[in-house]
Amino acid sequence: MSGFLSVLSREIRLSLRGGGEILTLVLFFVIVGAVVPFAVGPDKALLARIAPGIVWIAAFLAMLLGLEKLFGPDRADGTLALYRLADIPLSAVVAAKVIAHWLTAALPLILASPALALLLAMDGETFGRTVLSLLLGTPALAGFGAIGAAVTVATRRGGLLAPILIAPLSVPVLIFGVGAISASGGPDQAQAAALLLAALSLMVLVLSPFAAALAIDWGED
Amino acid sequence: MTIDTTPKMTWWNRLSHPGQFVALTRPLILPLALVTGVLFAAGLWYGLFSSPPEKYMGDTVRIMYVHVPTAWLSQFVYATMAVSALGTLVWRHPMADVSMKAAAPLGAAFTAMALFTGSLWGRPTWGTFWEWDGRMTSTLVLLFIYLGIVALWRAFDDQLRAARVVAVFTLVGAVNIPVIKFSVDWWSTLHQPASVFRADGPTMPGEILTPLFVMFFAFTFLFVTLQLVAMHTEVRRRRITTLERRAARGDAR
Amino acid sequence: MIALGAHAEFIIAAYVGVFAGLAGLVGWTVFAARQTKRRLEELGDARTGNPAQ
Repeated sequence: MSGFLSVLSREIRLSLRGGGEILTLVLFFVIVGAVVPFAVGPDKALLARIAPGIVWIAAFLAMLLGLEKLFGPDRADGTLALYRLADIPLSAVVAAKVIAHWLTAALPLILASPALALLLAMDGETFGRTVLSLLLGTPALAGFGAIGAAVTVATRRGGLLAPILIAPLSVPVLIFGVGAISASGGPDQAQAAALLLAALSLMVLVLSPFAAALAIDWGED
Repeated sequence: MTIDTTPKMTWWNRLSHPGQFVALTRPLILPLALVTGVLFAAGLWYGLFSSPPEKYMGDTVRIMYVHVPTAWLSQFVYATMAVSALGTLVWRHPMADVSMKAAAPLGAAFTAMALFTGSLWGRPTWGTFWEWDGRMTSTLVLLFIYLGIVALWRAFDDQLRAARVVAVFTLVGAVNIPVIKFSVDWWSTLHQPASVFRADGPTMPGEILTPLFVMFFAFTFLFVTLQLVAMHTEVRRRRITTLERRAARGDAR
Repeated sequence: MIALGAHAEFIIAAYVGVFAGLAGLVGWTVFAARQTKRRLEELGDARTGNPAQ
């Protein structure tokens, strides 16, 4: 347990020390959302209708940004090799990394979401559901992200490949995430979507460290 | 150990060796190709000439004779890849990853054809070339997964190292595909007006079964044939890489 | 030839497209097979039944 906690604290410290990285991520998130009215026009009714989708797309894209840093720097400086040889299992290391990634990427986004709600003419009740939906769904994105990053860590130019691999897997997260916000089907539908989202996140969070650890091990052999 | 007590090589063991695999399965290719050709000829005959138009769909049912087999193959090829992935990771069969790699572009091609034929069926039936209904959307996502896997293979220099990583991702995809299907179906029933639009695709009345089955088998045999040839090609490719590396190092042959 | 009905062009387009796609797939598979076989012969690989130079 102490090994797990020390990896976790290391990851968090490194992300926080990284200077403007969290700020950049949050800025990207807000900018993606802010750009939308320029593209579709400032009609409030339209913006309010598509706002849940825009917030989710922006969150999705912003979380994709941080994937390179999940395993890349550790591989470059040899830490990944040490992790593979450590006492705690590699899946525990990956789990710690996923949690740290969520804390330093998803949580800031959620905290910045009021800005987006304002720009996209979201009303208060919808915004509340949005925050809940993001809280429930971003762990799944973090888990899938870890799998995508792990699978591409040993490739030469991972680049856009990880997002391409993750995007199809993330479709259910987007569907249920937006479904939990939009009131088009009534409150029952939103609740069902939220529950499905929570279940998905739980499963992905639990299973992805194992898949990612296997992919890392076999990619490095 | 004497000659009598040495464990004998079964055919399954023999197939593990790449060179043996190629040698043993090469005689299968021509018969398979011939059967495929005959099935396609029969399928075209039944599909275009010798079967009646369907009661509700009219002649557009004939598009089903190429759409249903390609849609079936898009799933079946992924199942093949998933089983091959298990073979690579769990049973460690040496030819499993060759099978997995050979199937990926074939699966992508059949999925694209399924989308193409589905779109052409949709235009006279629904009025548009593309409709975000459950099945078409799931098939589109499946195409993205296939193409991602093809790209993943190409991103590795060492294909043997790539094999197990791609196998992990293939299995992750396999587990997620039912989830994706479920979520897309949930989503499409949400967004379709509940009335006119029958999003679940055509139903299958009896008079169309003959051409459908023939084409179904024709396409499946085609996949098996192409898969075998592609596996042989991949085995040769790896042999070439080995030989080229050896030559570059200047080793004596 | 059976009359293909009101939407004949879609049926024809579907079949032509599919068979063009299949032809491409088969052609590419065969081409890659021949290419690798030729390259192996160049490298003079005894295992494929071609003696080394």
